Amino acid sequence: MSPVTTPFGGDWSYWLREHRGTLLAFAAFVAMFAVYAANHPAGLNANVATTAANKGVLLAIVAMAQTVVVLTSGIDLSVGMVMVLANCLASTIVVGSPAATTLGVLGVLATGCLCGAINGVVVIYGRLQPIVTTIATGSVFYGAALALRRVPGGDIESTLADALTGQLPGGIPASLVLLAALVFIVWMPFRRSALGRAAYAVGSSEVAAYMSGVPIRRAKFAAYMLSGLLASVAGLFLTCVTYSGEASAANGGSYTLYSIAAVVLGGISLFGGSGSAIGAIFGALMFRTIGDLLFVFNVEPLWQPLFQGVVLVAAVCLGSLRLLRIRNRLDLYG
Amino acid sequence: MTLFAMEGVSKRFGGVHALSNADIAIEAGRIHAVLGENGAGKSTLIKIMAGVIAPDEGRMMLDGAAVAFASPAAANAAGIACIFQELSLIPDLPVADNISISNPPRRFGLIDRRAQRRVAEEALARAGGENIHPLALVKDLSLSRRQMVEIAKALARKPRILILDEATSALTAADVTKIYRVLKRLRAEGLALIYISHRMHEITELADECTVFCNGRSVATYAAGTKSDNEVVELMIGREYNAVFPPRPVRAPREASPLLEVRKLAWTNRLSDISLRLHAGEVIGLGGLDGQGQRELLLALFGVLRGTTGEVAIDGKTVALSGPYAAKRREIGMALIPEDRKTEGLMLPMSVRDNLSFAALPRLSRFGVVDRKAEGDAVDRVVRLLAVRTDGVDVPAGALSGGNQQKVVIGKWLMMAPRILLLNDPTRGIDVGTKQEMYQLLRTLANDGAGILFYSTDYDELVGCCDRVLVMYDGGVVRELAGADITERALVSSALNLGAERAGANPAHRTRP
Repeated sequence: MSPVTTPFGGDWSYWLREHRGTLLAFAAFVAMFAVYAANHPAGLNANVATTAANKGVLLAIVAMAQTVVVLTSGIDLSVGMVMVLANCLASTIVVGSPAATTLGVLGVLATGCLCGAINGVVVIYGRLQPIVTTIATGSVFYGAALALRRVPGGDIESTLADALTGQLPGGIPASLVLLAALVFIVWMPFRRSALGRAAYAVGSSEVAAYMSGVPIRRAKFAAYMLSGLLASVAGLFLTCVTYSGEASAANGGSYTLYSIAAVVLGGISLFGGSGSAIGAIFGALMFRTIGDLLFVFNVEPLWQPLFQGVVLVAAVCLGSLRLLRIRNRLDLYG
Repeated sequence: MTLFAMEGVSKRFGGVHALSNADIAIEAGRIHAVLGENGAGKSTLIKIMAGVIAPDEGRMMLDGAAVAFASPAAANAAGIACIFQELSLIPDLPVADNISISNPPRRFGLIDRRAQRRVAEEALARAGGENIHPLALVKDLSLSRRQMVEIAKALARKPRILILDEATSALTAADVTKIYRVLKRLRAEGLALIYISHRMHEITELADECTVFCNGRSVATYAAGTKSDNEVVELMIGREYNAVFPPRPVRAPREASPLLEVRKLAWTNRLSDISLRLHAGEVIGLGGLDGQGQRELLLALFGVLRGTTGEVAIDGKTVALSGPYAAKRREIGMALIPEDRKTEGLMLPMSVRDNLSFAALPRLSRFGVVDRKAEGDAVDRVVRLLAVRTDGVDVPAGALSGGNQQKVVIGKWLMMAPRILLLNDPTRGIDVGTKQEMYQLLRTLANDGAGILFYSTDYDELVGCCDRVLVMYDGGVVRELAGADITERALVSSALNLGAERAGANPAHRTRP
């Protein structure tokens, strides 16, 4: 072996192995989107792209939120409700002068962090299962959202909303820039930090992590809090798209479930420890593209859930191929 | 000059003394071997040293000052690194990430991957693993490579004391030689090494001092090479008998055809070329050190392992091993009492009655509906037969004591009147009284015509209960003892595979491919 010091110079095979799930998700999305763009009656113009991007980015952010928790081999069933709460809050406080708007945005993000922190504390110190904890807290968050907005309404500062949902010069959807910013400002630093590394370690093998002196509690807490933060960004973005707030239980529930679907499509192991939020982003975009594909091929919208389900099952099957290699049947049930 | 010492250290788990009043003193620049049988207290000792568990009594001295470790991280900070068998690697992360896991090199607060890679390359080279790629995922490496990574990871922390627990058990012959060179070099660099191994020839080759543990006590410390293998075995055995065994019947001449016959059974690299014959009325023991393939052999016979080769015949007819459901069919009638009763044997929250009925449910049902009366009668019969101490059969199994839980596990299989009973260390962690009842029960079942294959880590039991004992080593049967030849001395020396190693013997049984 030659002593190589560049991050992956000459080591492509190992890099590919480590990021296989993410790359597969990327390739699958590109393929599906190409088919969609080629068959769109209006062709791929800036408006088509922006509409598609806005829908996709919203789910992609929620999927990122789900990812950080799934990596620690937990699950966050409250992401959708945090998003709905952030939506209701944003439609109330993100208005007015630039200063007031900024404060409002910070307030929404802080609320998201708080929701995540509550989940983290209950899971870590209360030693409750993440699935039960987040169902319960999700319900609490939804209650808070209802208290804020009994009926749909409110408003959001339109300069901000238009900036985030419109187009940049050259027709690039602004929402994609928002998504890229989240990847580079939130995800990459987390991935490259000691704490992020610890989150992967905890998800992959909690015993080994403990034996190696990894800060298990801090890693889990960071993951849940980050999840809350990202979910609140999604809520803010949702407000920008709809110009209003709505305490919609259906919205919260379906975004939670879709985020898990996106995580699976994105090549992230539900057992934790492997995968990347970037994979989840492409998983989310893929999930959205399924619906768009049906539209351009004139399939009735009624068929959409069925096709999304079929794609999901196919993805899970691919991920389970390794089970065929297990030689000790007890390992199948462990 | 003593670098690290433990004085009068004791540790109890429940009523069991895992370690009582143990002493050990470690010096820099020396390799200190720790020897002992299964359950002698070796692993408790190193877990205390590594900060995994805290001692009940006694003190630890580092550089002459008293120390206590609250966690593995604390022991690490004090300069103690421990290599547990493939326990501390994160399977989904690359080798380099694993080596720097507890304290990765950082730049501007983020992990510096180039620096991390340099650390990994240096550590791997020091550990003799320079052909392992730092970016490979741990889960893709062979056991042998993983063990190398473990050593590299420990070395990357620049420890003063390195504890190796069975560090060579998974290595190939070539890697073992390499590790010897590495360990000798580390000794020359002034590290203190604590080396736990079951292989006498390794200890002869490497150690400067040896400490022998027996029943949780440190019974002797001596300079390596000053005691013969026989003397060492005596030290390892020395313990009192505390169990009473039922008399063995005068053996009736064996029937021509065995109940169970195994021919050349093998599975991955964990079981190789195993042949045995079990007759009705016979109790065969499986001996050897823990983890030599005994558990895998029982699982293979029960059909839990996929991809086994070789033949298994019941009543002279070859059968396919497809799993527990098939194994309990009437014409096979095989039952396995698993190792961990809490996870593999019982549904703890469910009632004693439900737990007892599971295996026999098809026989107690008509048209898929359970016959409650038949079930109740059968359950009562087994509870009486085994003298299960419980407040009625509706109590959850989890509420029973360990010994009574084990009786329920065994009772579950007795409900279907097994002809072949496989037992995986069934008396671990249960009280003496229940143990004796268990020994009596095994003999009664055998006298009634069952064949019993009995793995135990307690040599007393093998001596007291079995008609024959097959001693396993590295996935193969290395020796068969029968009748009066089953002595603790013979069991220990064949478990260490002393005879074979002195003869320079079968390399296939020394290391796994």
